[in-house]
Amino acid sequence: MTAAEPVLQVDGLRVRFASDAGAVAAVNGISFALDRGETLALVGESGSGKSVTSLAVMRLLPPPPVCEVGGRISLAEAEGGVRDLLALPEEAMCRVRGDRVSMIFQEPMTSLNPVLPVGEQIAEAIRFHRAASRRVALAAATDLLERVGIPEPRKRLGSYAHHLSGGQRQRVMIAMALACNPEVLIADEPTTALDVTVQAQILELLRRLQQETGMAVIFITHNLGVVAEIADRVLVMYAGRAVEEAEVATLFRRPLMPYTAGLLASVPRLPEAGCKGREGVRFAAIPGTVPDPLALPSGCSFHPRCVHAKPGLCDSEVPDLEDAGPGHRVRCRRWRAIDGS
Amino acid sequence: MSAAAGIAEAAPGTGPGQRALRRFCRHRLALGGLAMVLLLVLACGLGPYLVPYGPLHIDLGVRFSAPFLGPHLFGTDQLGRDLLVRLLMAGRVSLTIGFAAMLISTAAGTLIGAVAGYFGGSVGAALMRFVDAVLCFPQIFLLLALAAFITPTLASITLVIAATAWMEVARVVEAEMKSLRERDFALAAEVLGASDFHIIFRELLPNAVAPIVVAATLNVARAILLEAYVSFLGYGIQPPTPSWGNMLNNAQEYLVTAPWLAIFPGVMIALAVSGFNFVGDGLRDALDPRLERS
Amino acid sequence: MTPPGTALLEVEGLRKWFPLGSGPFARLGETLKAVDDVSFRMRAGEVLGLVGESGSGKTTLGRTVLRLTEPSGGSIRFAGREITHLSRRALRPIRQKMQLVFQDPFASLNPRMTIGRILAAPLIIHRPELSGREREARVAEALALVGLSPGHAARYPHEFSGGQRQRVGIARALMLRPDFLVADEPVSALDVSIQAQVVNLLLELRERLGLAMLFITHDLAVVAHISDRIAVMYLGRLVELAPAAALFGTPRHPYTEALLAAAPVPDPARRGARILLQGDLPSPTDPPSGCAFRSRCRYAQAACAEAVPMLREVRPGHFSACIREELALGLPR
Repeated sequence: MTAAEPVLQVDGLRVRFASDAGAVAAVNGISFALDRGETLALVGESGSGKSVTSLAVMRLLPPPPVCEVGGRISLAEAEGGVRDLLALPEEAMCRVRGDRVSMIFQEPMTSLNPVLPVGEQIAEAIRFHRAASRRVALAAATDLLERVGIPEPRKRLGSYAHHLSGGQRQRVMIAMALACNPEVLIADEPTTALDVTVQAQILELLRRLQQETGMAVIFITHNLGVVAEIADRVLVMYAGRAVEEAEVATLFRRPLMPYTAGLLASVPRLPEAGCKGREGVRFAAIPGTVPDPLALPSGCSFHPRCVHAKPGLCDSEVPDLEDAGPGHRVRCRRWRAIDGS
Repeated sequence: MSAAAGIAEAAPGTGPGQRALRRFCRHRLALGGLAMVLLLVLACGLGPYLVPYGPLHIDLGVRFSAPFLGPHLFGTDQLGRDLLVRLLMAGRVSLTIGFAAMLISTAAGTLIGAVAGYFGGSVGAALMRFVDAVLCFPQIFLLLALAAFITPTLASITLVIAATAWMEVARVVEAEMKSLRERDFALAAEVLGASDFHIIFRELLPNAVAPIVVAATLNVARAILLEAYVSFLGYGIQPPTPSWGNMLNNAQEYLVTAPWLAIFPGVMIALAVSGFNFVGDGLRDALDPRLERS
Repeated sequence: MTPPGTALLEVEGLRKWFPLGSGPFARLGETLKAVDDVSFRMRAGEVLGLVGESGSGKTTLGRTVLRLTEPSGGSIRFAGREITHLSRRALRPIRQKMQLVFQDPFASLNPRMTIGRILAAPLIIHRPELSGREREARVAEALALVGLSPGHAARYPHEFSGGQRQRVGIARALMLRPDFLVADEPVSALDVSIQAQVVNLLLELRERLGLAMLFITHDLAVVAHISDRIAVMYLGRLVELAPAAALFGTPRHPYTEALLAAAPVPDPARRGARILLQGDLPSPTDPPSGCAFRSRCRYAQAACAEAVPMLREVRPGHFSACIREELALGLPR
């Protein structure tokens, strides 16, 4: 939005897992750029590779031979130039992780240490990256808890994870992730385990914090309603590949990839006021199931479920990601025909 | 129905059993153990027919003949009896006791554990406290105390050994049933109006087979060891019927002059016990429920 | 089958209280009121959506209605028959008529049984007179009904995807041709594109078989399209019960309004200012006095703390448990 240089750029990211039945390509050449202050949503279903992508950026995947990561992940340096996170030695990556790039997870309970008070945990995160006394760090932790909207933050410093509700735990996780003012925050399904009323609070909080700090956010979710609420740009993933990328308004108004269109159509929506209630309508469903990563269909991975698929065209080669408009890329052989119809 | 379109036919032949088998076959120690056990069973089953001497055949002319040096491959004892055929006959006794005691103790332990774990409450608590009480006695003393009251026969020794070995299985099954009972599929069976009997034996126990099989295999090893122990102390199988334990007992006097009398039964016990233990370990790894998911 | 329109399920003042702890160290008198004084009726063939957040007691209510947990008070009548205190044995024939679909399609199928055996189990229990061949035929029929092929009967659950397993779970619930189905979050563990398939399947089955369904969910948007009426639950109590259109058009309880406002709208153009509910669900062991929602309610008054508001008919067929009947609620759209 402001700086021309993206804060994080991912080029041709590939992740392969070794398994009993052969290598599984969990991520198959993902590229995207993340500008400062921007929210990019990675959208996909289970097995799409969205979480693996984020773990690869954080360098949190298991080492080879279990898992092999290829491509480039460039983090912009303050003095100009970039740093390839994949080439960093582990100690240097530890300095980046939690400091310049932070992450929050779906299940805050398992990410918090159950035997340490939350204040200690936040303070520890601060002291790991900044030379600060315990006292200064605890004072900073109090501020952070206040910023993420925890009532009576000083009292809450001594609470343990099990004392807190799900929403409060996620707030604590966010406070921890923000401890060192990261430039990039990766949020992996941060609201999926929460109730809708609490989800709305957390989304609001993330939006506010982003405005205050100017950090960039990668928001991983399967919920298109949440995407509409929070994202600036959206990258739709299917079976380890990016299949469509666009500004959020464009994507919802003019989805070009049939998968995106299908996902959008299958989102349950609240009825408009004044409608007649149950009308016997069917939800628009995408037929079939998400493909087995060990046996991906030939050509476009989505073609067996696609209503627009043409034999001989869609099942022969993997389509390229084509430009379909400003900032709009789509991986479909037939997008022009579909768009016109 | 349109929704049926695109439902892939999954590859057949991937039941939980087959996957466990594949994992077991990759476990070298377990395969070695299995080979040892099979070899012992075959040798003890068929071997005595192939050796030209009876186990009780006394030939005072060849007392203490050393192994590998004459017609008696493993040598002879103080009465000139062929050691090989006696070892194999003893093996029949030991393996029979081992398997029979395992079957009885596993069945009893499974039943008690299943009832205690499924019903819980005061019934379960009472049963499990009983298990704890029995476990409080050191197993050897319990065994010897029981053995002192009975006339030692194959059947009574088996029962006594089984009576001291079922608690482990009961505890394993109880813990398993407690957690299985809380799973949704147990509730699903209840929604269908299934009886307790149906839920325990058709729905839940098949899911507890893995730990039961592992415990049972290890129980065979333990029963063989216990049999050797009581027979060695003179409370078990009585001479002249050979068993590895009483052969060892008999060998004590000749430890210096005829060490093979002690070495061979000792090796047999070690082979049998470690064989079953290796198989048990392999099964434990192969049937590990953590590998069963996904 | 019970003819449509007649009362199939009548729940009166149903309670399920869990004592906290047991034995000498129990905290004296503390109970968790998972379900507290809930009353509703369902007609044959009707779909009632039951909406609530985690901890609202909606799952406990569903299971208590099916007599899977013992009610602490109140009564349940099913097809005109009092079933609140029936013994397990007496309940068995009724079980055929009321079934449950689970949330987690991975945990609800026995991993050691083939799909065929899972589906045959209800027949073995209730129709022992059927021959093996008749059973197989019924299993094949049920598989076809939920969009699977008869060949799937020989497979184990782990060979199927989540959506397919959920179809198996539905087929099992339908084996005995029930009149009433409790569907406990049947789609929330599934991928978005699969959710729609399963909801469509349930809708189709409802139309073909005339099933009444208690559809439990935390997602208002899902029930919006499939329910005749919707009940909203908060901390163990029903706070609003109304025909679907009325509930969405003119909600009468502030909590319903807040739920509607919090649901994310899949339209980036409508992003922006909205009323946010403050705070989290209070502890169910220690709910606020009076109206349990008052601690988060922006319309709360002093009077709200005094007495627990009863569910009252504020308009024909529209029930709400809020003392401030004058409020004009709705969504800023």
